[in-house]
Amino acid sequence: MDLSYTRTEEAFRAEAREWLRDHVPVVPLVSLETAEGFAAHRAWEAELAAARWSVVSWPEEYGGRGVDLARWLVFEEEYWAAGAPGRVSQNGVQLLAPTLFDHGTEEQRARVLPSMATGETIWAQAWSEPEAGSDLASLTSRAVRTDGGWLLSGQKTWSSRAAFADRAFGVFRSDPAADRPHRGLTYLMFDLRAPGVTVRPIGRLDGKPAFAELFLDEVFVPDEDVIGEPGQGWRIAMSTTGNERGLMLRSPGRFLAAADRLVRLWRAEGDPADSALRDRVADAVIGARAYRLFTAGAAARLATGAPSGAESSLNKVFWSEYDLALHETALDLLGAEGELADGAWAEGYVFALAGPLYAGTNEIQRDIIAERLLGLPKGRR
Amino acid sequence: MSFLPTDEQRAFARSLDAMLCASDTPAAVRAWAGGDPGPGRALWGRLAEAGVWALAVPEAYDGVGPLPVELAHAFVELGRHAVPGPVVETVATAVLLGELARLGEPGPAKRLLPGLASGEWTATLAIAGPESERHPVPYALDADRADAVLVVRGEELWRAHGHGPVEVSADPARRLARPAPGGELLAEGTAVAVAAGHARRLATLATAAQSLGVGRALLDRTVAYARQRTQFGTPIGAFQAVKHRLADTLLALEFAGPLVFGAAVTSAEGDVAAAKVAAGEAGYAAARTALQIHGAVGYTEELDLSLWLRKARPLRDAWGDPAACRAAVLGACS
Repeated sequence: MDLSYTRTEEAFRAEAREWLRDHVPVVPLVSLETAEGFAAHRAWEAELAAARWSVVSWPEEYGGRGVDLARWLVFEEEYWAAGAPGRVSQNGVQLLAPTLFDHGTEEQRARVLPSMATGETIWAQAWSEPEAGSDLASLTSRAVRTDGGWLLSGQKTWSSRAAFADRAFGVFRSDPAADRPHRGLTYLMFDLRAPGVTVRPIGRLDGKPAFAELFLDEVFVPDEDVIGEPGQGWRIAMSTTGNERGLMLRSPGRFLAAADRLVRLWRAEGDPADSALRDRVADAVIGARAYRLFTAGAAARLATGAPSGAESSLNKVFWSEYDLALHETALDLLGAEGELADGAWAEGYVFALAGPLYAGTNEIQRDIIAERLLGLPKGRR
Repeated sequence: MSFLPTDEQRAFARSLDAMLCASDTPAAVRAWAGGDPGPGRALWGRLAEAGVWALAVPEAYDGVGPLPVELAHAFVELGRHAVPGPVVETVATAVLLGELARLGEPGPAKRLLPGLASGEWTATLAIAGPESERHPVPYALDADRADAVLVVRGEELWRAHGHGPVEVSADPARRLARPAPGGELLAEGTAVAVAAGHARRLATLATAAQSLGVGRALLDRTVAYARQRTQFGTPIGAFQAVKHRLADTLLALEFAGPLVFGAAVTSAEGDVAAAKVAAGEAGYAAARTALQIHGAVGYTEELDLSLWLRKARPLRDAWGDPAACRAAVLGACS
């Protein structure tokens, strides 16, 4: 068991660190959940892409550097340690791109990925519906066959980034006569500005339009924007949910940096006699290290060709609860100041509150852990 | 970086598990607690044949170590099978004497290490805290059964002759006694304090690994029970409240494991302390889950589950309780 970095990894780290030191904005960008901040974060993606730092793990032909998982983890450590901005292109990069690598055509990859890498096209996800949340397979938005493509109708909701994004991807019911709910679904990409699309931004708890409802009325999607075979949408979507729940979405680097920030806050603001709070700060440090090492093991297993399966549900529960506990500890260190909506930890706290809800609620994840990892019987939810 | 056990480490852990599975360790634990150390000593000999004790002993003294990663693997298995006796204290003593020898004090190593490596002897160890503490010399585990009782007081290493009254722990397989004052002075000087630091870290790490194994055993037994126990016409493991509690128990163990092995790789003070907090708490949480899901039958001494249930809490607090370890984690933060 080895925790040392190779010379290649160390050189890559040094290169990333140097570039970030010279380029990360000194004044933090405005929240990416606002029109102004969204534009600023899009411009940051372009700056990253120009130096080929926006999607380091992708092949070079699409704007990446073709680095392995180990170096991607190194990049993430440096990125978050440098205090760099949040990633507005994340939904596309972490969810759609892996789907295209596994199930898309060469033509689709060449058409979609380069503009995703530069932030020129920002992607939103369109999974949930008003009546299909945890029970996603019960979704009813339709894709109806038409000349040269499909017509999408129905309603999607909780679509992250959709208030300001350009395009979206999601799963639609293309065969209402299929014998099981998760059969007869098709995975499609569509334009959020196409005729028939209405986007209604939704304010999250702090009022910022972090997500949106999408109303679709016979929105035309050409055949070239279907991913994989029609009817195979569920299988294709599920094959990359591990990315959303697991280490690709929340790299350890983010939490190592957050824990460092928390320790600094504790040293500045903490009452040394308050051992209860001290213990929670220690737990934040311990949790970040645990997540880093857990991920190092998972990455090493993936590198041997092992599939990422239900283990990603362990990741998801861990990081979402960890992130929330860390922010609560920070707010407690701030005392009465913690209430201020513009405080240094306030937006992170609001964001962390959603962690146990999205990407499959933690209740669904615990069911998956219990049934698939522990072998407990299926039961009524 | 490849943070995975090697094939050899995996095979070693599997073979230990198989050997202990075939050894009826519950009977040995009950005998050890009940006054008959025979089966426990026999088990000790089999662990020696498997090479466990030699992992802590340098090659110059008939060992192969110190190998902290292999020791961590071994101690997960010792915890999984609730092996009784001063297992942690013996390897910590071996590390202490090996380190002393490396620092130019080979006398005690020559006398004691070959016997520890071969499993012929057992040792226990107490490392005294500041004189200002109410009990500066802590209990030494199984001092009445160990062949050598060692005590570190500041920069002095003593071999105690005898011990105070034996007190039974909340885990009856743990027998506690304070070493008698005085005895034979084996070594003195700064090397003793340095070597004791190594020994303490190794003891903390081994206890964390043992906690992890105890937690895994408790989880495995409880999952098996939840699949088989039926109420309201269905296995209780199909109920979400039961499932989620078991899922959380697995989660805590799965995230503690990498901390234990990571600490074995670095041997750094803060890493070892972090591993101890996480593994100790995960092991104890597994005990609470196991008790709750077994219900009243889990609250009985008769069920073998009790052998692990009663071990989890003492291990959580031995060789660094959670508060001390959390303070050490922050103390080591740059």
